[in-house]
Amino acid sequence: MSRTERLAPWLFTVAFFVVWEIGVRVLDIGTYILPPPSLVFEQSWVFRQALFRNSMQTLYTTLAGFGIAVVFGLALGIFIGWSKTIYNGLYPVMIGFNSVPKVAVVPVLVLWFGIGTVPAILTAFLISFFPIVVNVATGLATLEPELEDVLRALGAKKMDIMLKVGIPRSLPYFFGSLKVAITLAFVGSVVSETVAANSGVGHLMLIAQANSEVPLVFGGLLCLAVLGIVMYAVFALLEQRFTGWAFRGQDRRAA
Amino acid sequence: MSRFVELDDVDLMYGGPDGTLALRGASLGVAQGEFLAVVGPSGCGKSSLMKLVTGLHPPSRGSVRVAGSPVDGPVKIAGMAFQNPIMLPWRTTIDNILLPLEIVQPHRRQFRARRKENEAAAEALLATVGLGGFGRKYPWQLSGGMQQRASLCRALIHQPELLMLDEPFAALDAFTREELWSVLQDLWLEKRFTVILVTHDLREAVYLADRVLVMSSRPGRIVAERRIELERPRSLARTFDPDFVAIVHELRDHISAVRQGEVS
Repeated sequence: MSRTERLAPWLFTVAFFVVWEIGVRVLDIGTYILPPPSLVFEQSWVFRQALFRNSMQTLYTTLAGFGIAVVFGLALGIFIGWSKTIYNGLYPVMIGFNSVPKVAVVPVLVLWFGIGTVPAILTAFLISFFPIVVNVATGLATLEPELEDVLRALGAKKMDIMLKVGIPRSLPYFFGSLKVAITLAFVGSVVSETVAANSGVGHLMLIAQANSEVPLVFGGLLCLAVLGIVMYAVFALLEQRFTGWAFRGQDRRAA
Repeated sequence: MSRFVELDDVDLMYGGPDGTLALRGASLGVAQGEFLAVVGPSGCGKSSLMKLVTGLHPPSRGSVRVAGSPVDGPVKIAGMAFQNPIMLPWRTTIDNILLPLEIVQPHRRQFRARRKENEAAAEALLATVGLGGFGRKYPWQLSGGMQQRASLCRALIHQPELLMLDEPFAALDAFTREELWSVLQDLWLEKRFTVILVTHDLREAVYLADRVLVMSSRPGRIVAERRIELERPRSLARTFDPDFVAIVHELRDHISAVRQGEVS
């Protein structure tokens, strides 16, 4: 990557805030509708402790939910991808499950677990495990039949084929889905915090809104964006690290 | 003559009772160490034959015997190679070639302990197909022809008694293909495993095989058999000699007749 290419994301981010700042001032938009970024940053600094504490809470519920989603999603994905029959049978059920808006499930979770951390974790889990399941299952189900024949003609059991070929082969799908899943997990935990929690960025934003602290609401949004980007970057890096072979086209050009 | 592979009046049907009949009344025998080629038009059930012999698909009627015992599941003694080399991109070429040893008994039990020996064997095999020193490369760093050579090595690493080849050279350019014919002939002359080669290429069949079977289109039946009595090792120049060309034409006539029947 050239220098400009590396700098581009930063330049665009700065440009985004500049346009925002100028737009708000030129169009004379009230701070209670859209505060300028300078005010958002200022207020975020004033409330930095509250923002930090609640961001950590959100990060915690997100990662906890995401962690469960990885374990559960991987297991279910392998189960579904194990055979064509299970794949065909369970896939529609999965689609139906995923079509239910997760925010509608939060009241049920509150009913079961009360207000607080647990519903947030579970919502993050519910919303983020689907892409993992689908990707792992698809990675396994699209195994080349010839390769399966080669191995079966050697007396390989289904388990051998999965361990030697199926699972390694679906790892790029798996890591790819993690990037999507982690951002979805944030959506899940914040939705839950907004509806039923007493801490977390979602809760903070709700309180700020009730108190007409509009800049702080946007401060909360910024925190979520930063957390989302950082987590995405972490999993993009993991993906490169573990399944570099799947990106060989790019590697070769770099070499 | 003891037959290593024997099909007796075999039907193969896919997709239940109303499915397509892929193979009808196929009977054939292959002697131990024989090189058999099967040719025919597309969709003549050549690949079904592969599935039957390796035990990947049971016959709908008739019996299949390999190495003296009836086939009732994957035979476990076969090496296979296909048109697509299907190497695993996360393994180096040598680890790809060693894959069968991680699966098939008795190698599987000793795989870790004999790692060094196995790697040496794989390297030696790579050298015989002209890929010496490429073991540490990843398959995607190799050309199509090199991958197909490696795929042959993978099919042979566990010293199978039966080698099943399903149009292994079909996707290669003409020069590479002819070069690999020689490589395969050399390997076979040295080790004398039993080979069943399925191919569209009549020159390939005549060059490599002891005997060529011609199949009709779906449902596949064996319509002609031709023994190839040419001396070995056969050179590529030999493929342009009149007697060689005559055999190719004879086979071509059989195929044409089959295709005529199909149209009418």
